[in-house]
Amino acid sequence: MTDLTNAPTGAAPRRFGSLLEESPRTKRRNAAEKRFRIYGMCAVGVGLIFLAALLFAIVRNGIPAFTQTYMTVQVELLAEKLDKNGNRDIDDIKKVSTFGYNPLIDTALEKAVAQAGIETEITRGKDLRDMLSSGAAAQIRDVVIANPELIGSVQDFTVLTSSRVDGYMKGRVDRESLARDPNLSPAHLDIVDGLVANGAIDRVFNLAFITGADASESRPEQAGMGVAILGSFFMMLVVLVLSLPIGVAASIYLEEFAPQNAFTDFIEVNISNLAAVPSIVFGILGLAVFIQFAHLPQSAPIVGGLTLTLMTLPTIVISTRASLKSVPPSIRDAALGVGASKMQSVFHHVLPLAMPGILTGTIIGLAQALGETAPLLLIGMVGYIATNYPEGVASGFLDPNSAMPAQIFEWAKRADPAYYERAWGGIIILLVFLLTMNLIAILLRRRFERRW
Amino acid sequence: MSFTKLTTSALAIAALSATTAAARDQVQVAGSSTVLPYAAIVAEAFGENFDFPTPVVESGGSSAGLKRFCEGVGENTIDIANSSRPIRESDIEVCTANGVTDIIEVRFGYDGIVFASQLDGPAFTAFEPADIFNALAENVLVDGAIVENPHTQWADFNADLPAADILAFIPGTKHGTREVFEDKVLLQGCEDTGAMQAMMDGGMDEDAAEDACISVRGGGVTVDIDGDYTETLARVDSNPNGIGVFGLAFYENNTDKLKVATVGGVEPKTETIATGEYPVSRPLFFYIKKAHIGVIPGLKEYAEFFVLDDIAGPDGPLSDYGLVADPELVMTQDAVSNETTLP
Repeated sequence: MTDLTNAPTGAAPRRFGSLLEESPRTKRRNAAEKRFRIYGMCAVGVGLIFLAALLFAIVRNGIPAFTQTYMTVQVELLAEKLDKNGNRDIDDIKKVSTFGYNPLIDTALEKAVAQAGIETEITRGKDLRDMLSSGAAAQIRDVVIANPELIGSVQDFTVLTSSRVDGYMKGRVDRESLARDPNLSPAHLDIVDGLVANGAIDRVFNLAFITGADASESRPEQAGMGVAILGSFFMMLVVLVLSLPIGVAASIYLEEFAPQNAFTDFIEVNISNLAAVPSIVFGILGLAVFIQFAHLPQSAPIVGGLTLTLMTLPTIVISTRASLKSVPPSIRDAALGVGASKMQSVFHHVLPLAMPGILTGTIIGLAQALGETAPLLLIGMVGYIATNYPEGVASGFLDPNSAMPAQIFEWAKRADPAYYERAWGGIIILLVFLLTMNLIAILLRRRFERRW
Repeated sequence: MSFTKLTTSALAIAALSATTAAARDQVQVAGSSTVLPYAAIVAEAFGENFDFPTPVVESGGSSAGLKRFCEGVGENTIDIANSSRPIRESDIEVCTANGVTDIIEVRFGYDGIVFASQLDGPAFTAFEPADIFNALAENVLVDGAIVENPHTQWADFNADLPAADILAFIPGTKHGTREVFEDKVLLQGCEDTGAMQAMMDGGMDEDAAEDACISVRGGGVTVDIDGDYTETLARVDSNPNGIGVFGLAFYENNTDKLKVATVGGVEPKTETIATGEYPVSRPLFFYIKKAHIGVIPGLKEYAEFFVLDDIAGPDGPLSDYGLVADPELVMTQDAVSNETTLP
């Protein structure tokens, strides 16, 4: 008998251990928790390292694009070259093409090198011109056409240098890398050094990169994002004007009015599916429906906007429905209780309360659309497209244009290494836009969100 | 179905607003990614020198460009297709079926295709078409018999070449460059090594033998690059043993990373390509829809401007970028100004 009663008491002290001393089991549990916390911190740490590496790469590669090397040259605008008849007739002056301006630049460069007292084996003006962008002639011609009275005088022009000279100023190009380069020779760099000392060549902030148009492959120094930014702007306008009303109307109906049956369930499932469809699919749809069937113009921001609308709609519908759902039923009940109609209760009470959520969802949807490239590839927005500033609103929607991400993609493809730097710079501009939009979304939510 | 309904109505509104809009006043060009840089340089200069808006140039490949060119006549079709190969009978048939009948062919110069490798990599400095064939073809001639390609290193079949693993990045089949690579290098090498003769002796007819000659090994030894030369450059950059196929212009812009190999003992340069000494080159074209001349402002002016001596000639900007000027440019200029169409 005693054996029987004593047996459990022998085990009891192990079951009720000391509070001051951890049992092995507790130790194991605590250790597991500690390990899990370390895993979590590692995961966050790895994420942060990747983010830091990405940002570092973007900033380091992209920042050089925001400065550009210019050279000041004194060009004599010879009347016998630019206006052979001597009557300053604008049509005659226009007949002189940019090639007609090159000899003037050649002479000006020869003089500049001689004045700076630089000894060089390069004596021909045509070879010296390799230091300048081929856009220099166009720049001078534009000034002359705008001010024909300048013909015959000597003027100072600040023109772009070629991408190799610019790369030298930025440390991307050196004498060794030019040794086998047909575009510029190391001897040119000696002249550049002399002209830098002279003050004729200088590296300044590159506003033209943010405001300018795309350039051809032979002059990356002239390429800018400006026209592509406008293209993106017009596309976002289309997306906003179409997807916000359509998305909000659809979600209000589905959330507040539609009967719960198999059909609405089917629609709901499909909207969720649509949100997960890869964007390239919308691109093919856009090509088939808007361009080949509806005969909208190719490469036009309106087509890009319509395609991106299809992509953004599900995002907006889902976020709008979520924010409508988060408005408590008591609001609706109270409105109905004092005699409001269903529609009044939705539009006077539920919708205003859901608005911050809807706006946040819309801005995030727009930001997603802004960074989208794949559908634009298929509707012809990649290439040498962003060349002309739109001449007004209709032209902004209908004339061929590119978009920021498509422009970055295009630059990354081009042969000249200077375009690589431009692509990174473009990424910085795009990221600034995206961060601004996300910041607005956060601020809106902070300012207006109500918790129930 | 409210979603689809709303989408279709949005579409209808958009279509209406577009048709009421003004006519297109801009030349639209699409096609070969090899021709794209040249077309962009011309378009830019054209925009600077004329009061017309700057034409827009899209890429996508020669075949894709010609397909879009042949979609029909009208403002929402392109005016010019760039191509790095001559238009085919099959393209013309599609064109004719869609009402695109009068096509002006413009040959504006030549492009060299070069083999280049990493600057510090193994000494790939001289190739014969036979070497490329022996390295890359699926079946080669070894000791008088056609066998599945047994070579793993370049030195296996030619002691003058470095003992490095064979690895080549060649243009994918949608590129016009691939066709030149097949015709001028693989097929030539096939004939040079005697493999073609051996195949025909083995009972194949000529077409089958040609097809067998140009089929490449794959399996990680040859890699098809469907993207641009930038992608080929990235691959060559990360593989010291890799050989890449590039356009001359691309190579000349990246001489700090790449070294080029001679083919048949001739160094690829604009001069050697113009004289025909360097064997691997091909003509570049663009095709104009005659029906659009007079409808799209600036179309003919653009084409005439493109083939000017100042532009496409030996001292023009295209030549500076890497184009090999056409010695018969005068004939091309005449063809453009007379609007001579394909027969």
